[in-house]
Amino acid sequence: MSGPAGSTQLAKDVAPARPTPPSRHAVPMPVWQLLLGIGLLLAWQAASGRLIDNFFISNPIDVSVRLYRWIADGSIFRHIGATVYATAMGFVIGSAGGAVLGVWLGVSPTASRLLNPYLNALNALPKVALAPLFVLWFGLGIESKIALAAVLVLFLVFLNTYAGVREVDQDLIDGARLMRATRTQIVTKVIIPSAMSWVFAGLKIAMPYALIGAVLGEMIAANRGLGYLVQFSGAQFDTAGVFAVLIVIALLAVTLNYLVELAQGRIERWRIISR
Amino acid sequence: MIRIENVSKSFYKNGAAIDAVRGMNFTVAREEIVAIIGPSGCGKSTLLNMIAGLYAPTHGSVVYNGTVVTDVNTAVGYMTQKDNLLPWRTVRDNVAFPLELAGIGKAERVRRGDDVIRHVGLDGFEERYPSELSGGMRKRAALGRMLLYGAETALLDEPFGALDAQLKLAMHDLMLRLIAENRQTVVLVTHDLMEAVTLADRVFVCTRRPAMMALEQRIDLPRPRDVLNIRFSNAFKDHYDALWERLRLEYQEERV
Repeated sequence: MSGPAGSTQLAKDVAPARPTPPSRHAVPMPVWQLLLGIGLLLAWQAASGRLIDNFFISNPIDVSVRLYRWIADGSIFRHIGATVYATAMGFVIGSAGGAVLGVWLGVSPTASRLLNPYLNALNALPKVALAPLFVLWFGLGIESKIALAAVLVLFLVFLNTYAGVREVDQDLIDGARLMRATRTQIVTKVIIPSAMSWVFAGLKIAMPYALIGAVLGEMIAANRGLGYLVQFSGAQFDTAGVFAVLIVIALLAVTLNYLVELAQGRIERWRIISR
Repeated sequence: MIRIENVSKSFYKNGAAIDAVRGMNFTVAREEIVAIIGPSGCGKSTLLNMIAGLYAPTHGSVVYNGTVVTDVNTAVGYMTQKDNLLPWRTVRDNVAFPLELAGIGKAERVRRGDDVIRHVGLDGFEERYPSELSGGMRKRAALGRMLLYGAETALLDEPFGALDAQLKLAMHDLMLRLIAENRQTVVLVTHDLMEAVTLADRVFVCTRRPAMMALEQRIDLPRPRDVLNIRFSNAFKDHYDALWERLRLEYQEERV
């Protein structure tokens, strides 16, 4: 669907994971990746209006012009701002709630057994279906988008944190108990640091979902935000506008993932060293 | 000080009981060093876990300082086969972890931590993470942590099993000095007879699983001991041979 946007994300994901083989290829991989991107754009431009109706796929030039105009008149930033705010707030609230819930249930077998069926039911529920409820509760403003993003994030972070807490090496806990650690100290100094990499795995998975929640909320009922803009452009049969928003959303998603990775690297220095 | 009274321990696996320890009886006096030796996997570690209060015996009881151990026994420092260092903490923060738990301030933690780190020969590695250290260095860090903790009793479960011979001797020497300094009681589990005779006041030989007491031998070698040369004395050799004679039976049975 989103040709150029998709290839941008792919390039970012693949590049660090695969070390470029030296000397074997004279041309470094990023150059090939760039060439592929340019090739795809050219093919898109060529196909548009000839193979496929411009109405359906627009073309890179129109999309670029649209992007340029939105940036020039500054209107896009209002929408980006709204979406980023809803995503960030939803992410923070959802991850805090998920982490607290995960640690609590992880260390308290009774509570986790008691709540187990309800959590399973809630987890199985497609959270998107809660959107109308959130609009009723929090109104048409940004709060309902935050709520939707938060609830999507909460379950992902909760499940990962819970698994991480259950995975903690019992020997480490026993060791700390022998050294007269209190229950609180065991949680804060052994269990939570040990579960941290699981929490981060959860955060990394959850980040795109925060964006999904925010964008989806804006598509349902809003007067600003990238979700609103893509919905509005679609309703106007403005394909170039739809593509332009998709590119912005994709770039936003990549940036947000990068930020989470950066934070993880700073906090988990010991794990990076051991790699 | 430590009294093992008719202690048995069974584990249940798929409904079937496996006896790890059966009908064990012995006492450890204050400031005594006791070594328990036997074939690997014979339930020696289970015994230490029970002294530490991590497992409850199936029958019998462990009495520590006149009280039956029912919960985690915080009077002991326990060095397990795994070093159990916290991987997200540097060597310094790992060694000083017990002080941190006791609420001691940062300056004193660093001072006392670095002092112990120097003792175990890890100076220069204070800021490293366990994953950056070799197995022997991790063992030394764990030993340092236990020494700093200054527990009344040290439980050592094959503490130097993975070390090379030279390093092992250096660690024996270090350990004997520090334990005498801290006036600690020691229960050492090992499958290295040389190590047991070098370090201990008394050596117990365990049978194969389930662990039962096969032989108790008092090692009346004078202290302080010179870990490098004591093994060449005739008295050492006599103790070694007597213990080996009994221990060999366990290994022979295993081979059949």
